[in-house]
Amino acid sequence: MKKVEDMNAVAVSGICKSFNTTLVVDNISFDVRRGEIFGLIGPNGAGKTTAIRMIMDIIKPDSGEISILGERLSEITKNQIGYLPEERGLYRKLTVMDSLVYLASLKGITSQVARSRAEELLKRIDMLPHKNKKIEELSRGMGQFIQFLVAIIHDPQLIILDEPFAGLDPVNTELLKEVTLELRNQGKAIILSTHRMNEVEELCDRIFMIHKGQNVLYGELAEIKSRYRNNSILLDFEGELPHLEGITGKHDYRDHIELFFDKETSPHKILEQLMNQEIKINRFEVSTPSLNDIFIQLVEKE
Amino acid sequence: MNKTYLVIKHEFIKLVRSKGYIIISLLFPLLALAVLGGYQLIQRIGTQDTTPEALSIGYVDEAGGFDDTSQTGEITFTRYQSREETTEALIAGDVSEYFVITPDYISTGRIDRFTLERELEMSGSTRNAVRNFLLNNLLQGQINDEILERAKAPAWFASTRLDETGQVSPEQGGVLSVFLVPYIFSLLFWIAILTSSFTLIEGLGEEKESRVMEILISSVSARQLILGKIIGLGAGGLLQIIFWFVSASFIAGLASSSIGGMFGTLEIPVRLIIFGIAYFILGYLLFAVLFAGIGAIVPNYREGQQLSFFIIMPGIMPLMLIYFLVENPDHVITNIVTFFPISTPIASMIRLAVGNIPPWQIALSMLSLVLSIAGLFFLGTKIFRTFLLMYGKRPGLREIIRSLRQA
Repeated sequence: MKKVEDMNAVAVSGICKSFNTTLVVDNISFDVRRGEIFGLIGPNGAGKTTAIRMIMDIIKPDSGEISILGERLSEITKNQIGYLPEERGLYRKLTVMDSLVYLASLKGITSQVARSRAEELLKRIDMLPHKNKKIEELSRGMGQFIQFLVAIIHDPQLIILDEPFAGLDPVNTELLKEVTLELRNQGKAIILSTHRMNEVEELCDRIFMIHKGQNVLYGELAEIKSRYRNNSILLDFEGELPHLEGITGKHDYRDHIELFFDKETSPHKILEQLMNQEIKINRFEVSTPSLNDIFIQLVEKE
Repeated sequence: MNKTYLVIKHEFIKLVRSKGYIIISLLFPLLALAVLGGYQLIQRIGTQDTTPEALSIGYVDEAGGFDDTSQTGEITFTRYQSREETTEALIAGDVSEYFVITPDYISTGRIDRFTLERELEMSGSTRNAVRNFLLNNLLQGQINDEILERAKAPAWFASTRLDETGQVSPEQGGVLSVFLVPYIFSLLFWIAILTSSFTLIEGLGEEKESRVMEILISSVSARQLILGKIIGLGAGGLLQIIFWFVSASFIAGLASSSIGGMFGTLEIPVRLIIFGIAYFILGYLLFAVLFAGIGAIVPNYREGQQLSFFIIMPGIMPLMLIYFLVENPDHVITNIVTFFPISTPIASMIRLAVGNIPPWQIALSMLSLVLSIAGLFFLGTKIFRTFLLMYGKRPGLREIIRSLRQA
């Protein structure tokens, strides 16, 4: 038997789902490991939410298999998952504490444990004084944080966050990122579903990009970025640009230029040439395309 | 811990703590107390009219022979010689009123009555006392006292109902229980259904609109959620009714014997109570499952209310047909409303109260309820999770049928 630590948090293989006659999720497969933030990315309507609902056993896939922590989906695996839905809301008339305790108890922990966990978490985000307020008395951002706590209060091994930063102010966004990274470092598996590529680049270890229900990109973020490297460097310097070997094109920007080079040339060779010419360099950066660019590139290829 | 139990507990506590529930629960006992208080107040005002002064009535006997004032009870009769003398006594306040037995009383029955009060009608107790006084004096000595007493109160009715074979029917109790029991049953039934089932639709609507549904469905199964809600809210409705019964018996204890007496004569057979509870619970479950289905399908509370009207209407139907059901136990319409699940609870209760429903029909009506509850619950939970997460537009009938087939 495999040890629990070795098992993937989520293993999705070949799932399909269609509503009426539209194929919403078309034969996708991926794994999510423990201790990583996994980006499930794609534009609106790509099939992200449907995929998430299938992982949570809310919708059954038409075909394919999903396992959570090595087990087939069941009512028990639901307890191992924490979920922050994209559309936000809680019982408006219930207090913060009652909401947390009720929803946590539905995840299989006792109300005593839920209560002390709630105190702990509220303290962590400096919201302990609000614990007896009704949800409707909270600000939007606070309510959103309470929902985030609902997703993690039962100490789940898998946390699914659907657009968690939407609508948060910069301070709360930073706090949420901090807590999310803490959870990852504790060995939790986190699925971050979003269409904002900058959040993905900042937080995710690996990504799965879905477009029109299909897999378009899957793997380590760093590896993907180097795979889609477009053979160029970004340069800011003083004086005249001398002639350089292997350069095939140049693009001017406000405070820097982008130099494209051929396949035989490496960024290191260009830097060497610049050093030899004693040019004063303020910035030298190997250009990696943003996920946004990669995504647009992939989608336009079709 | 069992998740269904958690949902039950949550829904029960939420309902019992809500303002609407508390108000409706207290409203009926308070209303009953107010009616009772009002009744007793009016009674006291009534008795104040016949306080000390009223207890003394003067009379002038112009016909002759009316001189026995011994049996007039609490009201004293004082005999005066002339009308003038009695008028003075009336003005002086020695008597509250007086009457004159006219010389031709025996042939005409005429009594002249004089009072200082402006009144709608002569008070019942005075009328009764004068009547008894006259009867006493007219008949005393001519017949024995027993017959005199009987003449004062000639009849006391004891009714017994016989069945077709001439035997004493097991179902006694007057026409009051025939109509009162089904009416009380229907009233309680509808109030319980309206509070619980509308809370069900409202709750589901709120959870859909606030999207808590997403979290709930990712924690418990649709079946656990719906079952928990139905039982939790049903328990709340039942608690309300028990509270009403307890407070009703408490208030009845406070009530004067005259009101208590009216309900005392109302004997409800044990059989009716047992079947009443059974039909109540089955009926509630049927409506709760139906309403849960509506709640799952509609995007918001308002649309749910509109749709639920179509279920409530056939449910109330038997109450409108009550005379027909009582008089035509074998008619095809009677059978239809007895076996059509939505109208079964009330139709069966009406027919049970009258005693014109054969046992096999009771069994069949209960079976139809149990089967439709199980069937609807089974079908319902299949589509619940599809529609619980569907927002915006209410799905059409075709869409619901298709999703049932796919589920």
